[in-house]
Amino acid sequence: MPIHLTINDKAITVPEGATILEAAGANGIHIPTLCHHPDLTNVGACRMCVVSVERARGVQTACTTPATEGMVVNTMSPAVVETRKFVLEMLLTDHPNDCMTCEVNGDCELQDLVYDYGVKWPEHNGRRHQYEIDPDPNPFIFIDRNKCILCGRCIRTCDEIQNRSIWSFANRGFESKLVAGADQLMLDAGCESCGQCVAYCPVGALFDKMSLGKGRANQAEKVRTTCGYCGVGCNFDLNVRDGEIVRVTSAHDAPVNGMALCVKGRYGYDYVNHPDRLTRPMVRVKWLDAEKVAERVESGQWTLFSEAEQRRASLSYRRTSGDGKSVAPNPQSQISADTFVKTDWDTALNVVAHKFTQVKKELGGEAFALFASAKCTNEENFIFNKFTRQMLATHSIDHCARL
Amino acid sequence: MQTTLAKDLAERQALAHSLWQDKIQADVYITIGMGTCGIAAGAGDTVVAIQRELDARGLKVAISQVGCVGMCSYEPMMEIQARGRERINYGNAMAKYVKEIFRHYFDEGELRKAVIVGRAIPTISESHGHQLHSLSFVGPEDGQYIPFQSKQLRIVLSNCGLIDPESIEDYLAVDGYSALQRALCEMTPEEVIAEVLDSGLRGRGGGGFPAGLKWRFARQTPSWPKYVICNADEGDPGAFMDRSVLEGDPHSVIEGMIIAGYAIGAEYGYIYARAEYPLAIHRLNIAIAQARELGLLGENILGSGFNFELQIKEGAGAFVCGEETALMNSIMGERGQPWPRPPYPAVAGVWGQPSNVNNVKSYAYTPRILRMGADWFKSLGTEGSSGTAVFALTGQVERTGLIEVPMGITLREIIFDVGGGIGDNKHFKAVQTGGPLGGCLPRTYLDTPVDFDSLRAAGAVMGSGGMIVADETTCMVEFSKYFMQFVVDESCGKCPPCRIGSTRMLEILERITEGESTLADLDEIKRLARGMQQGSLCALGQLAPSPVLSVLRHFEDEFIAHIEDKECPACVCKALITYRVIPDNCTGCMVCARNCASDAISGEKLQVHEIDPSLCIRCGLCYTVCNFDAIEIISPR
Amino acid sequence: MTQDNHNEIDLSLMDEIFTQYRHQAGALIPVLQKAQETYGYLPPDVLQLIARQLKIPLSKVYGVATFYAQFYLERRGRHILRLCDGTACHVKGTPILLTSLEDHFHLQPGETSEDNELTVEIVYCLGSCALAPVAVFDGKVMGRMKQNVLLNTIKKKTDIN
Repeated sequence: MPIHLTINDKAITVPEGATILEAAGANGIHIPTLCHHPDLTNVGACRMCVVSVERARGVQTACTTPATEGMVVNTMSPAVVETRKFVLEMLLTDHPNDCMTCEVNGDCELQDLVYDYGVKWPEHNGRRHQYEIDPDPNPFIFIDRNKCILCGRCIRTCDEIQNRSIWSFANRGFESKLVAGADQLMLDAGCESCGQCVAYCPVGALFDKMSLGKGRANQAEKVRTTCGYCGVGCNFDLNVRDGEIVRVTSAHDAPVNGMALCVKGRYGYDYVNHPDRLTRPMVRVKWLDAEKVAERVESGQWTLFSEAEQRRASLSYRRTSGDGKSVAPNPQSQISADTFVKTDWDTALNVVAHKFTQVKKELGGEAFALFASAKCTNEENFIFNKFTRQMLATHSIDHCARL
Repeated sequence: MQTTLAKDLAERQALAHSLWQDKIQADVYITIGMGTCGIAAGAGDTVVAIQRELDARGLKVAISQVGCVGMCSYEPMMEIQARGRERINYGNAMAKYVKEIFRHYFDEGELRKAVIVGRAIPTISESHGHQLHSLSFVGPEDGQYIPFQSKQLRIVLSNCGLIDPESIEDYLAVDGYSALQRALCEMTPEEVIAEVLDSGLRGRGGGGFPAGLKWRFARQTPSWPKYVICNADEGDPGAFMDRSVLEGDPHSVIEGMIIAGYAIGAEYGYIYARAEYPLAIHRLNIAIAQARELGLLGENILGSGFNFELQIKEGAGAFVCGEETALMNSIMGERGQPWPRPPYPAVAGVWGQPSNVNNVKSYAYTPRILRMGADWFKSLGTEGSSGTAVFALTGQVERTGLIEVPMGITLREIIFDVGGGIGDNKHFKAVQTGGPLGGCLPRTYLDTPVDFDSLRAAGAVMGSGGMIVADETTCMVEFSKYFMQFVVDESCGKCPPCRIGSTRMLEILERITEGESTLADLDEIKRLARGMQQGSLCALGQLAPSPVLSVLRHFEDEFIAHIEDKECPACVCKALITYRVIPDNCTGCMVCARNCASDAISGEKLQVHEIDPSLCIRCGLCYTVCNFDAIEIISPR
Repeated sequence: MTQDNHNEIDLSLMDEIFTQYRHQAGALIPVLQKAQETYGYLPPDVLQLIARQLKIPLSKVYGVATFYAQFYLERRGRHILRLCDGTACHVKGTPILLTSLEDHFHLQPGETSEDNELTVEIVYCLGSCALAPVAVFDGKVMGRMKQNVLLNTIKKKTDIN
């Protein structure tokens, strides 16, 4: 049964079960919030969304109070505005005054509300928390507890959306503190670094570590794209500044994933501008016509995969391989049969086609096994299937999504 | 476990009654108060001494261990009655004085250390064919009520000190569980609710919400299962009413809860008890086991088809868990943080199901109301607040203790008639009710009647029953700082107004007690108070400014003395006082100098000593140890 | 906590507790209470074990354990002094008792002496207000406490200097 109520003298009808906040929002009436997020359960902690309800004692939190028949709500009564100002002022008394250097300057829910409500910076000699900034070596997630307003959005995100429950509040009262696990480092507490908590943080307490100092929200252009890592097809915004991706932010209106992203989608973008990235097909010298190689390299159409490039690649391999053993850089400065040549697509594909034909002729289709990628679209995978079974004549095809 | 039918219960009651008669009319009947306070004062040793004395005299009688009669300042307390003789209550009955007490009672010996508190007289009031047993105390000579008792009316405390709380037989003997029988066998749940509603019983946890109304809401919620919860998380510092009821009369709480369960349609109950009350929990466990044994808990109670089970949940040290939603979170194993209402517990409480939360005393009143009738209860107390009020009267008052008085009695009657006023030739300054969320009232408010509405109008609250009396040695500014410190320690931290506001308020109060404040801070206190009252999520934050505001309202001059004159009129605030030797009184005994931890006191033996203010850390040890009143405290410095 | 203490913990003592509470809803707090009864405090390994056995995230176990005043995450002193600072005790002199403890033993409420000899704690009301101010030394309730009596008791009963 629909519910009829009045908000700020406007008659409103909402479905049963809607909160005052939802009723207002659906009718273009803005009620400020901090601890509320539409994706998360409501806890009524931050007291920003308070409204006056006729015949109710005190103020009510709009995010937790259901709209009831005949309810008369005022979202801007003097008591409500006074309460919001008080809450903001109290939060500021235990918050660093460093918007100038803060990563989320201009993209901060607290800052916006403080501005909207004209709250001045409260000078006082009382206690302010002095937590160590970024004490956690997690490579992706930056934490500054001094900026934390204890809204608990990160906790609920990790709990309700990610089902990891890494975050919690420890202690109580003024000593309340956001902790991972039993006050451990994030990774020790089982954090998978999905960064979901960062996405839901309304202030600069949790931030993407890779993006520190790279550009604030208003300095970067947002480009909506689809994640290339798997077939789920998550959408997100690349934050691009001067042609470089400085951050990935999830978007609430992304059709498939909403705000959710995994560690790869959110933080695995550094390959884009990485010097090791392959931008041209490479073929070993032994599969190419030696004369053609000499001629094309001479003319600059093809280039040799240089020793320096190879060394860098092997260095980065050594860094990431983790076994302590390094791959020795190729000591040979001359061209060997195994040296890679950066060619063009036609040449490279011709080599592949030629080899396929040759193998099929000599050994038959059963010699092939193919592995499809979730990074491809359905259509691409369909073609891949046809190619495998009809062209190569084998049933040995599998897909990475089965791993 | 067998099903006890209503007629079986009547038989058990009759049997219990005759056993009870045998017991109190034995050759010698001895009781000893075994509440936490009695035990702390040495009652455990007293029991051993009594047994030794009985053995020496060749008397073979059982010692009845009863709850607390409330006269804490006389603890430990024991009663002796030989058949056909008066029943005398002795105070200060330490083990070493037991012999003396026996000699006094039996051999007309002299009392030296122990005292006669009064002659105990069992009293029975009747209504609707039911009886309420209690105990009253009169002076042995004049036969008049002793002063501590004169204004009291014991209903919810009626069994405390009368029966052995670890014996269900004793409880049955004084008509126990007959209210349950009446409810289950003769009344519909709606009739039970109507009766409680008619009685005008208001919740005794402090809020004063009509209990019957709460029950009706819980009954009306069409969801199952439902839960009955007893809030025994008595966290107010200086309050121990619920503890005494649980320790002295646990069955009445259990009976009340079963009745409430029947009324709202709940088959499961929780008692959320403060972990600092191990004895209360112990006795509740015994009582629950006894009730289960007798079929008063379990399935098909008294053949009515109604089932009810009860479980104790121990708190873990959080004042905020006295707030009902925080309490339910704690029952569910969560951090004890409140949630905003709605949803109200009657709609969605523990485990998301309809729940009814009431205070210990509210449940303990229930069986008495059902037995004696709503009209009887309503006839006691005032129009808006029926029945009685229980207070833990403590602080700087001559007779501290637990008292039960009819609603409407004045503060003056409680403090001066029942409590005997202020001792040591000192003067009354303030009375604080309602604990950290209550308020302080000055002398001019002593004639305020004690009931929910009058106290609220005066700027204090009924609270759950703590009443602390302060004399002129209490600094009201420091007193309010104490309460704010309590709130800072106990704030759950969920909402900013309470979490941060209380800290800011405490900082100001600290500045004032340190003499580093300006008058503008008083306005700031009021502003912070308003923000906390308006913005906080739960009653803890909303009411936390009450003590400070009431002090500001009634004792503003003390604030101003601290701020303007850097003076602490009560000579309490360390930063504003200095210690000085009174030369005329000093005998040069050197005790102070020997005790001084910071070597601030100098002087030769038999010479007048001197305190060096630059070394003195104002710990007050010299003041405590001086036997000649030769140290004085001065403010301003 | 030192590594030595760490090794002393016998986690099998928890088995019985889990058997008793595993199927009870809202078992976390009683299990923490029983664990503390067993070990005297809540060592990290015990918190981990409780989280695993009750299938509750460790963060939540930690959040609950640090919310309630009753729980201790660190080993406490050999002797424990609890001073009541309930209102009645407060107006009857607990603050001055605290001052002298600080002066003589440099211990503030909640602290344990460096030699692990004494822990001083504050409790808000033990419900024995008529005996105010009340101190509880190693479980023994002592009423109407005075500074010199308190200091002497500590000096006599402990090896603290």
